[in-house]
Amino acid sequence: MSFEISVERRLGDARIALDLASGPGLTALFGPSGAGKSSILNMVAGLLRPDRGRIAVAGETLFDSAAGIDLTPERRRAGYVFQDGRLFPHRRVRDNLLYGWRLAGPAHRWMSLGEATDFLGIAPLLDRWPRTLSGGEAQRVAIGRALLSGPRFLLMDEPLSSLDMPRREEIMAVIERIRDDLQLPILYVSHDRAEVERLASRVVALG
Amino acid sequence: MTPEEWEIIALSLKVSILAVLLTLPVAFALAWLLARGRFPGKLLLDALVHLPLVLPPVVTGWLLLIAFGPNGPAGRLLADWLGITLMFRWTGAALAAAIMALPLMVRAMRLSIEAVDRRLESAARTLGASPWRAFLTVSLPLAMPGLLAGAVLGFARSIGEFGATITFVSNIPGETRTIPIAIYGALQIPGHEAEVTRLALIAVLLSLGALLVSELLARRMGPAGKDGHVL
Repeated sequence: MSFEISVERRLGDARIALDLASGPGLTALFGPSGAGKSSILNMVAGLLRPDRGRIAVAGETLFDSAAGIDLTPERRRAGYVFQDGRLFPHRRVRDNLLYGWRLAGPAHRWMSLGEATDFLGIAPLLDRWPRTLSGGEAQRVAIGRALLSGPRFLLMDEPLSSLDMPRREEIMAVIERIRDDLQLPILYVSHDRAEVERLASRVVALG
Repeated sequence: MTPEEWEIIALSLKVSILAVLLTLPVAFALAWLLARGRFPGKLLLDALVHLPLVLPPVVTGWLLLIAFGPNGPAGRLLADWLGITLMFRWTGAALAAAIMALPLMVRAMRLSIEAVDRRLESAARTLGASPWRAFLTVSLPLAMPGLLAGAVLGFARSIGEFGATITFVSNIPGETRTIPIAIYGALQIPGHEAEVTRLALIAVLLSLGALLVSELLARRMGPAGKDGHVL
């Protein structure tokens, strides 16, 4: 099993609950805005604590309220690609890419800077500042930064939503290659049916 | 400029630099607490920090006298444990300036800490950074221009400090006679107009320079181009 998630969390008046066990490939959480899709990703990443439940990815338990397990975000080895990129504005593209790579133990790294820039076609951007990047460029750098941190799985929160049509196509092709060539389990959040139908190995409806 | 005037300027710089160094860690901790903390009594702490801004400076000086005088609780503690007296000493002038500069420094620093996007810290955490490392590599560098601006602003405020200082440490040549106190003293004696003019000019230049540096630093709130202001 890639993702085994069984969590509950109350946020204000809303109650977010999910029960999911999915195989390899890309698992899409699909549903309208406000259904708590991002909150689920944050719980898997360790940024939001579920009230109760269990989260395991590729056999490793990241959270288990019954067993008292709650790994900190930095120990979960999640590659999180945020909707808004969240590149560090005070670091050039190269230092953004290498941020997680430098923090990862050598045994956990499975991609080099050169491999990542070739894979994503971002070698010409290395010396640029994030604020000078287009939306598509920034999102590719954000994906590269996540991959270089040596993750065991990827979390993607509507990574295409801020992009125009041609850029979407480009990033979708990248995501397909991560899914098929790198065989990294991906938990993917979207409210776009076409996107989900094209990318997902398994769709879970929320909300 | 006479040697005495150079001495006054040097003393003012010395007092102000010590004041800023004293205040820097305290102001930063308070700014962080007020920007990020959620605790009961936050409003009261906020008000206490700002108190020197609105209290008559002579009252602040008098409170310092009570606390740090030979019979004051803090004064006795310092004398017994470290053999230090602050009253009528330049270090006392620095303490008075530090307390008067604190609110301004906390304000500038707090704004810059609040301007840091906390979601960037979350991103750093998922990339393998401990909370401490995320602070050092993301939050601190992004807040740095504002922190420096706050320090420079505090320095400018210290240069101009008068009321609390003269109340607490009096007007002793070479020890506590800083630029504002020397100007006030010279104004009391006929025939010292030229000295007043020279010292006043120095005060204007130092203060204006510090304000400009501080504003320039605050505008450079990191390469993201977010604008910040202290003025």
